[in-house]
Amino acid sequence: MSPSLSAAPDCASAELTFWINGQSSSVVVGTSLAAALAAAGMGSSRQSVMGQQRAALCGMGVCHECAVDVDGQRRLACQTLVRHGMQVRTDAADSMVAIAATGVPFNAARQHATPATPYGSIPSAASARPTPLHCDLLIVGAGPAGLAAAAAAAPSGVEIVVIDDNPAPGGQVWRRSHAAPATAVLRERLNKLSAHANVRLLSGARVAAVAAAAGAEGEQSLLLDDGRDGLVIHARRTLLCTGARELFLPFPGWTLPGVTGAGGLQALVKGGLSVRGQRVLVAGSGPLLLATAATLRQAGATLLGVAEQASWRAMAGFMAQLPRWPNKLWQAARLAEPRWRANQWVLRALGTHQLQAVELQAGARRVVIECDRLACGFGLVPNTELGQLLGCALGANGGLAVDAQQATSVAGCFAAGECTGIGGSERAAVQGALAGAAAVVSLDTPNTLTARTKIKSPQTRALRRWQAFADALHTHFRLNPALLRLAQADTLVCRCEDVPMSALQTHDGWVSAKLATRCGMGPCQGRICGAAAQAMLGWTLPPPRHLLNPVRIGLLAGASSEQAAAPKS
Amino acid sequence: MSHCDVIVIGAGIVGAACAHELSRAGCAVTVLDDRRGGATQAGMGHLVVMDDDAAEFALARASMQRWQAWREQLPAACAYSPTGTLWLAANDNELAEAQRKHHRLAAGGVHSELLDAVALAAEEPALTHDLAGGLRVPADAIVYAPAVADWLLASAPRPIVQRRATAVAITDDGVRLTDGTLLRAGAVVLAAGIDALALCPELPLQAKKGHLVITDRLPTLIRHELVELGYIASAHARSGSSVAFNAQPRPTGQLLIGSSRQFDSADARIDHAILSRMLRRALRYLPALADVPAIRSWTGLRPATPDGLPIIGRHPTRPRLWLALGHEGLGVTTAPGTAMLMAAAITGQGGLRELDAEPYRADRFAGLRARNGAVEVAA
Repeated sequence: MSPSLSAAPDCASAELTFWINGQSSSVVVGTSLAAALAAAGMGSSRQSVMGQQRAALCGMGVCHECAVDVDGQRRLACQTLVRHGMQVRTDAADSMVAIAATGVPFNAARQHATPATPYGSIPSAASARPTPLHCDLLIVGAGPAGLAAAAAAAPSGVEIVVIDDNPAPGGQVWRRSHAAPATAVLRERLNKLSAHANVRLLSGARVAAVAAAAGAEGEQSLLLDDGRDGLVIHARRTLLCTGARELFLPFPGWTLPGVTGAGGLQALVKGGLSVRGQRVLVAGSGPLLLATAATLRQAGATLLGVAEQASWRAMAGFMAQLPRWPNKLWQAARLAEPRWRANQWVLRALGTHQLQAVELQAGARRVVIECDRLACGFGLVPNTELGQLLGCALGANGGLAVDAQQATSVAGCFAAGECTGIGGSERAAVQGALAGAAAVVSLDTPNTLTARTKIKSPQTRALRRWQAFADALHTHFRLNPALLRLAQADTLVCRCEDVPMSALQTHDGWVSAKLATRCGMGPCQGRICGAAAQAMLGWTLPPPRHLLNPVRIGLLAGASSEQAAAPKS
Repeated sequence: MSHCDVIVIGAGIVGAACAHELSRAGCAVTVLDDRRGGATQAGMGHLVVMDDDAAEFALARASMQRWQAWREQLPAACAYSPTGTLWLAANDNELAEAQRKHHRLAAGGVHSELLDAVALAAEEPALTHDLAGGLRVPADAIVYAPAVADWLLASAPRPIVQRRATAVAITDDGVRLTDGTLLRAGAVVLAAGIDALALCPELPLQAKKGHLVITDRLPTLIRHELVELGYIASAHARSGSSVAFNAQPRPTGQLLIGSSRQFDSADARIDHAILSRMLRRALRYLPALADVPAIRSWTGLRPATPDGLPIIGRHPTRPRLWLALGHEGLGVTTAPGTAMLMAAAITGQGGLRELDAEPYRADRFAGLRARNGAVEVAA
């Protein structure tokens, strides 16, 4: 296995110097660029189409609000670790105009520095990797499901590649803090995998497109954006562990810098964003709010409250069921939050260029709370886009439909974890192990016997147990319909294209609204506004189109036709 | 017949323009469309006068006059932008071709300007500096064609009935829908692009698949619609696959990048190999594109006829069926001329002085006449 999979060395004391719009700045190693921008006093990262200031919302590479130019290329600040000498521009507009005026290709002066990230990126030795890359099993996502899948599949000896778009493995749940060593549970999993030379990890790589039609034996060819020249990977089996993102429900003021997702702010803080001494309100729904609150307290924030939209009655009902899952009970106890309040939700965020206060519905009362940050999450949305692009059918729960072996409707393609429907990290890990073993069995190689024996009833029982937990979550934290009506006529729904609610209300569906208003046509590919429109307006979204993620034209052009040709089986 | 009932199948730019003109001529018009989108939604919306065939040139000239008249009335959503077209000559051979094109356009009354390498670099500094020159056609423009189609349907003097429906058959007295309903009409105009084959399999139409890529919003990189002169050869190819550089500055600040043509594929999926080839071609002309983020790519199917000219007029053997089809990549440009011809023919209000309908007649395809006769007998 590649050295990058081992738990990273801790070198948080080292300082890096980089440049923001020509001004030098310093941060400790492991700091995300989003955090570094905030530390340098950049309260926003971009200007919207209508000229509003915007800053990171999702914190996990979905919303594109934190897109900046890094060494001449558009990057998401939340997914990028600061490197020594990095040139960052938030005023990229000006540099582009200069280029247009001179005719000099603006990548001419760029230096291709080898990424010097302390962990997570493929080692430089791998730059001599064969292109295209072939493997038996491609696992997309290195969170709980993906790592469990790799662990289950590794002993068979088949060639496994795990890719993940974050700078380091662990997914959202085990996202490590820049200032602390990886959690014990992540360390243990990575150490276990490090014993297997047949497992390779590519961090900081995301699927940009499907490179060729699926082969007759279930092979897939995907174009990966690895932050450099890109590569095509041919995989005999594909296992999707693409996780989930937060659901954002538009409310007045939700585009103000200072408003983030709940998981989003947690991720940003883990990336080094300082909230010390800041007044933070956490709002929305679900246990994620408590995890965020715990992270914020630990980071020195002044927690003003945790507003849970569900009723006391629903929460009590959920708590009463917790003894069925003892380690969840223990987790709940650890996350016990004195400022947790039921039956409260955000009505609007107030401020001109930056969040200043939040108006909250608290039971029958409305209160205005002055604050620096609002961390707001209304639950999770399965990341089904890659699966849908490959042709996988969706299930009734909105996730990718899978059978008892975690096989999707597309031959050779498996799925596990949150992308098959929201169910938590424990269920994801069980599903991942099942899927990893099943994918190996389906390869029908001589060494699959061990893997086959692993598909046992205890796992099936565990799966049922965690599914029951997920069901209890969905039942007790069901969204109050009032939250679906927070957006006013002038509230923006599509943040990429600045499309207000009023523009959408005259349409009967997503496709017509998109063609007429540009809603969903921006770089986030409708992931934020599409999920919101689905929740608020009941619209059905068509399967996603190419590209799966924005990608440099040079990278798209560079993947040659020979590379993209279907693999020979 | 000044008050006939006409059903137009297809609410793309050609169908919408036909419906609009028929309404202006006093007809009661119903437009059917399944709203799945076609070449109008997939295309670039480039209004470009192609001069390499006399009939195509005539249709484009008549159409551009109408576009000029519409221009002031188009709502903002139609995004009319007078970018002009800048034809790019990569070498002296292409520069000689630019000169010939300049003369042909002039002979047809279309103004254009030859640019040498220095003038070209001044006009479009982001272009590679090793080009020989170019030809600017200032009257060409760009629009957002789906919005124009909607406007044409909504702004007709006699209200057009729009139905979201799928036609499954064209009968002697009307159109049958999926639910079995028969809509009766004195005339049916088939303007469904390549989808017309489902209703009228005898049509000599072939899909020419194209790919497009759109970038994120950028500050101004180019000002004109840029097209390499090699595009003309690519556009006229009758088999195989070809790519040619074509880039359009959208009013949003995005760039729309084409072009590709494939005969061997009716599969709407992205063909990554041809997409890469198309973008490598684009990088040859606009090196600065390399680091520009592409945010979406898609394909469309151009409905192509064997001789490259559209079919505009009565079906050879089905007197109540009228065809407005096969515009390939020029449907947006030539929709107005097509609609004028169609309205004049259906209403019998005589020919158009400025435009001869003869070259576009459906009965120029012997195969269509014969094959269709057989179909009629069998039916």
